[in-house]
Amino acid sequence: MINALEFIGRNLIGSLENCGKVMLLIFETIYHIGHRPKLKNIVQQMAHLGADSLPIVLLTILFTGMVMTVQTAQEFIKYGAQSSVGGVIAIAMGRELAPVLTGVVTAGRVGAAITAEIGSMKVTEQIDALRVMAVNPIGYLVVPRFVACVLMLPILVVFADIIGTIGGYLVATLFSGIGSYTFLNSIKIFAEVNDVLGGLVKGMFFGGIIAIIGCHKGLTTAPGAEGVGRATTSSVVNSIILIFICNYFLSLLLYR
Amino acid sequence: MIQLKNVNLSYGHTEILHNINLEISEKEIMVIIGPSGSGKSTLLRLIVGLLKPTSGEIFINGQEISKMTEDELNTVRLKMGMVFQYSALFDSMTVGENVAFGLREHTNLPEAEIIKQVRRKLRMVGLFGKENVVPGALSGGMKKRVSLARAIAVNPQILLYDEPTAGLDPIMSNKIDRLITSTRRNMGVTSVVVTHHMESAFHIADRIAMIYEGRIVEVDSAAEIKQSQNAIVQQFIHGLKSPREWVKKEVDEA
Repeated sequence: MINALEFIGRNLIGSLENCGKVMLLIFETIYHIGHRPKLKNIVQQMAHLGADSLPIVLLTILFTGMVMTVQTAQEFIKYGAQSSVGGVIAIAMGRELAPVLTGVVTAGRVGAAITAEIGSMKVTEQIDALRVMAVNPIGYLVVPRFVACVLMLPILVVFADIIGTIGGYLVATLFSGIGSYTFLNSIKIFAEVNDVLGGLVKGMFFGGIIAIIGCHKGLTTAPGAEGVGRATTSSVVNSIILIFICNYFLSLLLYR
Repeated sequence: MIQLKNVNLSYGHTEILHNINLEISEKEIMVIIGPSGSGKSTLLRLIVGLLKPTSGEIFINGQEISKMTEDELNTVRLKMGMVFQYSALFDSMTVGENVAFGLREHTNLPEAEIIKQVRRKLRMVGLFGKENVVPGALSGGMKKRVSLARAIAVNPQILLYDEPTAGLDPIMSNKIDRLITSTRRNMGVTSVVVTHHMESAFHIADRIAMIYEGRIVEVDSAAEIKQSQNAIVQQFIHGLKSPREWVKKEVDEA
């Protein structure tokens, strides 16, 4: 019994300590954004973290849009509601599917890369070398990655919205017998600009989560190759969980 | 130049350094020796502000650094350079970019001047023309020398070396030793060298400080340390099994 309580207590304290560290990292990152970070580093990270993720995001969302239509069209046609399929797909894409799936895919690709890179720098004393050379690791490493993720995720979401809807359109018109006009008109009737804008706001938050968790796990990596591996896994898992939790609250905030 | 006053460092209940008092003068080469795990590297990390002491004071050029914020420390660190045990070169950059890093971050020098400086520093360490090589393609000794070139690129007043000859062959070790003394001669830097290579220590040191189980047991010139009557020092110098072995030898000889 005492052992169980001790276990719960230790884990609770550990979690609270981690939350505190993440909050501190967020504050320090915001503080260093105000101290003129180098544009070159930010642009480099935007290309590396954002643009390079586009193909995998597009591929994932294209098939999600297609499968969504396969499932919805079948049921909607049964009830004679085929004129709603386009709108449903577009709204689902804009509000939830595009931002969340882009976040999840990017967490796997970008979050892991951030943690692995910073983690290896930590275990090979490169972070200490930065500090000795009077360069703040948060300003130099975290800020460009944070800014790049916050700016690039919404852009990826825009592409995801478009490609997801195109995927839905193709399946609807080619295989489900819904006319092109019916599908597009349905989008025009049901979908609003806010559906897309809300998704972009979500994208910004998810980008921030991926960068902060990725950098935090990298900076707190335990020594050795095993430490880097564990930090990378933990970074991806934590980012994805936080994206889903954050998504629920953002949906309440943005769409109620 | 560097002064440590009653410095203590503990992690939880484990005491790493106990009541360290040490003064290092300008342009001096102070070598810190001691067995592995005795706290030598930790001492170096305290001097450069990577660690904060549990108690005590550390002065660099008269400025007490142990209670400074990271931003304040950075102004002090601009005058310091460090050669890390495993070189700690930025592996995403070339050798030239590594050496130029400090200049690009802290000066407004034109690119042409930075390139000139990088070439000069690489020539000083015997690596002229290696600007475009990536660190992964270098040997251990070359990495150490790039690390030294990077440390001296910003013309520091203090240079800290963490095990500069560890893992190197004797020829390369001698080369690094010569570089440490020539850097002091050419640039007038104060050097603190952590090592457990006794040959290296006697070769380069003005003074040697011996650390044992987190305490400084003796500080003296290389010649005096060789003649030390401290059994722990003699055990370490001669690589004996225990201090008693040296005492027995002394008694036998007497």
